[in-house]
Amino acid sequence: MFDTQHPDFTFVNAAVAGGGGSQAKQKLAADLAAQNPPDSFQAHAGAELSDYIDALQIEDVSYLYDKFDLREAFPATLIDRLTVDGKIYSVPTNVHRANVVWANPAVLEEAGIDPAQVLADIDSWIADMEKVKAAGKIPITVGMAWTQLQLLETVLMAELGADGYTGLFDGKTAWDGPEVTAALDKFATIIDLADKSYLNEDWEPALNPVLSGDAAYNVMGDWAIAAFDAADKVYGTDYLAFPVPGTEGMFDFLADSFTLPVGAPNVAGAEAWMETISSMEGQITFNTIKGSIPARSDLTADDIALFSEYQQDAMKAFAEDTIVSSIAHGAATPVAVSNAMNDAVAKFSQGASDVAGLQAEPTAAAAPMSN
Amino acid sequence: MATKSQTRRRIQWRKIGPPILLISPSVILVGTLVLGFIWAWILERPIKGEGFFRSIFLFPMAVSFIASGVVWKWLLNSGVDDNAKGLNRLFQMLGLDFLQNSWTANITFGVVAVAIPAIWQLSGYVMALFLAGFRGIPDELREAARVDGASEWQLYKNIIFPQLSAVALSAVIIIGHMAMKSFDLIMAVTDQRTYSTKVPAIDMYNFMTSGDYSNAAAVGTIMLVIVAALVVPYLIHDAKQRR
Repeated sequence: MFDTQHPDFTFVNAAVAGGGGSQAKQKLAADLAAQNPPDSFQAHAGAELSDYIDALQIEDVSYLYDKFDLREAFPATLIDRLTVDGKIYSVPTNVHRANVVWANPAVLEEAGIDPAQVLADIDSWIADMEKVKAAGKIPITVGMAWTQLQLLETVLMAELGADGYTGLFDGKTAWDGPEVTAALDKFATIIDLADKSYLNEDWEPALNPVLSGDAAYNVMGDWAIAAFDAADKVYGTDYLAFPVPGTEGMFDFLADSFTLPVGAPNVAGAEAWMETISSMEGQITFNTIKGSIPARSDLTADDIALFSEYQQDAMKAFAEDTIVSSIAHGAATPVAVSNAMNDAVAKFSQGASDVAGLQAEPTAAAAPMSN
Repeated sequence: MATKSQTRRRIQWRKIGPPILLISPSVILVGTLVLGFIWAWILERPIKGEGFFRSIFLFPMAVSFIASGVVWKWLLNSGVDDNAKGLNRLFQMLGLDFLQNSWTANITFGVVAVAIPAIWQLSGYVMALFLAGFRGIPDELREAARVDGASEWQLYKNIIFPQLSAVALSAVIIIGHMAMKSFDLIMAVTDQRTYSTKVPAIDMYNFMTSGDYSNAAAVGTIMLVIVAALVVPYLIHDAKQRR
């Protein structure tokens, strides 16, 4: 598609394999430090970019937003989250939702739970998990560190509310406050109920018991839909997806976006690439394949009909819900802070620290953010 | 109140404190040497199918740590009883339920569990070294000792072991530094965030991932010093012998 819109440039995909992009980040860090940047690279939008911004490694691309009329195309709440000191450093391709519970209705019915009921808060969710446990099934599965952190952030959202949660990142809500302690206690209860044999597996093996009918719940971003599709499962009958109880009306957001590195060898090529990925056709093509939703909010009804049922629900939610940023996916915090939180939560899940420890470590890690 | 840098320094020292630094490498080292020596000792006396067993023992060495690590990750699953998978499931099927184990998920001994795949993989190499060492001892020496009335134990203690000491030293150095810098295997069996298996090399990588190059460099330097303390005397010793 890029080839038809910009026939004078060739796109070279220099993807580096490795889960969560961890290997690619190492390669990129080395290239940037050696002042040998690529023309453009993909990173999670939001606070994760602040390290590159502070190191003067990426350019302000606000002018592209004016040139391609993107300020009107993207929702204002998204623009707010991309803007750092009045400047925007990346162009988002797609948006994912992270606060989604994937459930197996057959397992729920076996435990005497009505799959259609809507849970109001974490407490009632925990009560349901106890029922699943009593029925001899696994209540919830959780995978490696970042999936644990993602579960934790959704519990924080449910307990603190959207404003309270967002306040964690600008110092308005204290990490060491009693509300956070209460939320962490609930997280501890959930981890207690979880099957711990997946703690160093990636998200797919951890989600698998929900597909196979051994476990009731798993919290994962909406990329999980690819796993259900691959197993020919039908949305609504074989599996359910709903916001984490208590986070109704909140959209735990993460976005993939492209940047313009300082000293990029081919600026015109990078700009052309960003025009393509931010264009209406570009975003539709990309997202119908990836399973995420377009960052643009100006799609027509015909365009929306091209997406799957789940994606259409998610697009509606993205337009209406309060958007909050994900910690686990770098939208809310710089890389170093989310890494420290990953370490803290992985340590806790293994039983090497208690709730007080789980609270103290993110408090220390997040301290520089409120200054 | 501690300043930020003090807090950080304290975290540093706890993370790369001596226990975790030494447990895993020494278990790998001792386990590999013992197992490798026993295999070599068995194969040294002419037995049937020596070539076959020699290949079997050496094969794991040909597999990449990452590939074998993924398989060991499944085998060492921490689920027990109803959730048992991998080795724990095998123990159940054999009626050895009491052997079920949390393996790498154990917060104290998890790092030792990683030694199991490492020992499996490296023992064959040590076997090859010792086998070559055994073969390098002329039969005349053994015969002469036997004629002099030496017992089997005296024969080993006074004739064989002294001749194997050079081989043993190389094995210690090679396996020792491989154990000290073990990284790929741990990344494959667990991951970079798993608390129980955080060794210095993983810490270095984690600091790198966070863009904290100064701490990454500090961890790297400490590892270099420790490995150098092992390897430099060996190199000096080696150079002197050659002269």
